[in-house]
Amino acid sequence: MSNVYVADKPSAAREGRPSGRLLEVEDLRVEFRTRDGVAKVINGVTYHVDAGETLAVLGESGSGKSVTAQTIMGILDTPPGFVTGGEIRFHGKDMLTMSAEERRRIRGEGIAMVFQDALSALNPVFTVGFQIAEQFRVRRGMSRRDAKKRAAEMLDQVKIPNAKQRVNEYPHQFSGGMRQRVMIAMSLALDPEVLIADEPTTALDVTVQAQIMDLLGELQRERQMGLILITHDLGVVADVADRIAVMYAGRIVEEAGVYELYAKPAHPYTIGLLESIPRIDEKGQQLRTIRGLPPSLLRIPTGCPFHPRCPMAQPVCAEKVPPLLQLGSTRASACHFAEELVKRD
Amino acid sequence: MSDPTSGSLVTSPPEQPGPVAGTSPAGALTGKQDKPRGLFGDAWYDLRRKPLFWISAAFITLFILMAAFPFLFTTASPTLPVGSGLSRSLEGPSGDAWFGTDIQGRDIFARTIYGARASIIVAVSATLGTVLLGAAVGVLAGFRGGWVDALLSRLADVFFGIPFVLGAIVILFTFNPRGAGSNEWKIMGLVILALCLLVWPVAMRIMRSSVLAAKQSDYVVAARALGASNTRIIFKHLIPNCLAPVLVYATILIGAYIGAEATLSFLGVGLQSPVVSWGVMISDSQNYLRVAWYWLLFPSAFLITAVLSFVMLGEAVREALDPKLR
Amino acid sequence: MTESILEVRDLVKYYPVTRGIVFKKTIGHVQAVDGVSFDLHKGETLGVVGESGCGKSTLAKVLMHLEKPTSGGVTFNGQDIYKLGAGGLRRLRRNIQLVMQDPYTSLNPRMTVGDLIGEPFEIHPEVAPKASRRQKVQELLEVVGLNPEHINRYPHQFSGGQRQRIGIARALALRPEIIVCDEPVSALDVSIQAQVMNLLEKLQDEFGLSYIFIAHDLSVVRHLADRVAVMYLGKIVELGSEEQIYERPTHPYTQALLSAVPVPDPNSRHNKAIIRLTGDVPSPTNPPSGCRFRTRCWKAEEVCAREVPLLELRSGSDHPSACHFAEKREIVVSHEAGELTELPTRTL
Repeated sequence: MSNVYVADKPSAAREGRPSGRLLEVEDLRVEFRTRDGVAKVINGVTYHVDAGETLAVLGESGSGKSVTAQTIMGILDTPPGFVTGGEIRFHGKDMLTMSAEERRRIRGEGIAMVFQDALSALNPVFTVGFQIAEQFRVRRGMSRRDAKKRAAEMLDQVKIPNAKQRVNEYPHQFSGGMRQRVMIAMSLALDPEVLIADEPTTALDVTVQAQIMDLLGELQRERQMGLILITHDLGVVADVADRIAVMYAGRIVEEAGVYELYAKPAHPYTIGLLESIPRIDEKGQQLRTIRGLPPSLLRIPTGCPFHPRCPMAQPVCAEKVPPLLQLGSTRASACHFAEELVKRD
Repeated sequence: MSDPTSGSLVTSPPEQPGPVAGTSPAGALTGKQDKPRGLFGDAWYDLRRKPLFWISAAFITLFILMAAFPFLFTTASPTLPVGSGLSRSLEGPSGDAWFGTDIQGRDIFARTIYGARASIIVAVSATLGTVLLGAAVGVLAGFRGGWVDALLSRLADVFFGIPFVLGAIVILFTFNPRGAGSNEWKIMGLVILALCLLVWPVAMRIMRSSVLAAKQSDYVVAARALGASNTRIIFKHLIPNCLAPVLVYATILIGAYIGAEATLSFLGVGLQSPVVSWGVMISDSQNYLRVAWYWLLFPSAFLITAVLSFVMLGEAVREALDPKLR
Repeated sequence: MTESILEVRDLVKYYPVTRGIVFKKTIGHVQAVDGVSFDLHKGETLGVVGESGCGKSTLAKVLMHLEKPTSGGVTFNGQDIYKLGAGGLRRLRRNIQLVMQDPYTSLNPRMTVGDLIGEPFEIHPEVAPKASRRQKVQELLEVVGLNPEHINRYPHQFSGGQRQRIGIARALALRPEIIVCDEPVSALDVSIQAQVMNLLEKLQDEFGLSYIFIAHDLSVVRHLADRVAVMYLGKIVELGSEEQIYERPTHPYTQALLSAVPVPDPNSRHNKAIIRLTGDVPSPTNPPSGCRFRTRCWKAEEVCAREVPLLELRSGSDHPSACHFAEKREIVVSHEAGELTELPTRTL
């Protein structure tokens, strides 16, 4: 708690960036209080990301992957969303207990976010240049002219052709892929240490998706950013992630290095996911499916939340919540039978 | 996949599994789920929990009872003086004339109660007329599109362009000149007609835009692909889905019309004595404000309460019907 | 080869771009579908893949006779469907059905599941007598894997995957011969996607259906399709069996598309090279002259701007391809973008 490196001076910390944990989420709990009852959207999520590392948070809709990101950014809608426990530490300092002013300073300069739908995330009545420049003016106190020049440089960095001209255009004048580049330029403007990308390519075509993922990877390497990539796409994850955290019903069910996870998944849900996707590189027969549906967050099953759908469920699964236990040094799984899964051929 | 909550929070499918989904033991635990509800059922479920709804509904029930059975509330006559002749003219509120008496010695309480009828009949009929006319034209314009839409929309613009009060005065003066001695039903009819004629474009626009949106929706395309006729698409798919905004508007409109009726009466072009209505009473009282404040106060209070009740009801209904506010 | 059930010939659909409100003036055309021809065989699945704006959804609408084509024809069982009278069109509707992309918007929220699946019978009362309808609806629910007791529920009480099953049951009600599936699984979660794809496969076997399966996800199409048509800017650029397209693609666009699909295997990131296309798809209002792909193609030469490449068999290939320089290519060939400078400038 005491080692506050940066929160108020991120640029100073850039030199000799500490190798410790950059962003840590610990036992985070969030619930949504709705008309129909309390939905436990996040039930103890723990993960971390280091500088220069890509953590992929994988999950289906309703798994809580996006809500976790919103909570980190402090843009959770309250109400209905309430944080009921846990810590989010940025350079060791808990963001949930710090003042609103401190937290605002981290947003943008410390942690920035790229959204799925760039069109609705950009303000349609201002030019993209103005929207990027605004950050430089407000946060860095630059003059209007300098800020605009910097905005054009940012667009250039995300490889938008004719950046000098396009800086004066409005969001709707950009194509989907270019708009996502603008979003990325905007989020990187203040040189954040952590970038959260929430389904950044889901709305894009495959050829454009490849371009955007390349760009993100390149920028990340250059800047040694920590990247949290939130997605449901097992293909994209395999291409870019270093580590993967698989979420289900508001919990992390498995966390592992990307090679380990694809080679030998240690949670039945991960196994099911990998078996249920059609693959471009082979013509399979019947796809294996995960039976049933993800649980309603208003009524999460007792014990392991996955047990009603799990092919290897035992009586114990309905009774005890399996903790996320370490398996060796690099991976963890929240399954009562994780050890057996890892040992199998 | 954008909204993390939409998948599982809002829809919250009760006890999931079908034959394929497999029977989950967890599903069995969710016994407490009442009957399936439609969207209106959902809205009702929402409404029941709103105090605003109950308060306004109570007031509205009260006013409707007044309109239907005024004798339940008072035994005095609204048209005959309380005492003999004008002996009790302009008396303040007292034990037997709660709201006092007017210049002709008539019981203001009784007149206020009886006045509800004319106001509510005018407001409700005019609302029905406005909404039916406007919605019908709106559906036609939105569904047919093209030149039909262009023509009807411009026609609506013409009516919309007429200033409301001026338009109403012109219509009522033309068909019911002062001293024509038309009977009360004819005047009421004229007032209703004038209100409908001047306000239908608003209902039309609301309906037209919802039809335009719904017409593009996937379920209409799906119905077309099945070979559904236009009639079927309009009545089965479009109207049920476009009704909510007009319904909300109608509720608020009733309140507005109660006020409009009073305005026209006050200006001397709407209902006239001997018809009893709140507007007529307010109009009659205007010269006696200094000596008989109660003559103005009580009908005005009833009028404002009635208008407010309908507006609040409309607001509550809107919130319940609008899924985004859930 | 089995008989063709649907023959599509030179189908063209242009949408006028207009200015003005009352007096409309046409200032151009969106060339959504521009000269598409293919056959659909009985019992097969024809996959149609392409990126957004390539005209695949417009193709679905025109095939469904929801919109009239600008020119060209579609023959179903020997009859041109655009020349049918009212009665013929009704019969056609029974034979060609549609499954739509978004299970949230494609079901009328004010109707119960029973009404929704029963609606086809109400529109075509000759198919099933009134008394048997309820039972038929329950049978259909069972066929698509939903609980028949849920007949009185409303769509919003179901999850996305379940709703898509409702949509499929509705399409199945009239026992059609062809189902046009417009991105039927792209709105669904991964684990639910597989369930619905398996269901579609099962139904095909059970009822002898022919599918036109439109999707942007190449992996999904490979899994389901027997033959595949690749579309780019309103035209089919390559057409062949699933194996021909995925193993031996000859059109540069197909090659680029296939190489860009991420493979769910981290080991592939080192040994595969992605053909990086630069730029975006040009506007269909004003497509490039000649080959429409030339503005993004690394092989483009002067002839590409001049001559429209026809979809035909090219030497050294076993299936039709619309490229002047069609050649087989392992999709694991690296290509760096940047040669676009050699492109002829756009003439339009």
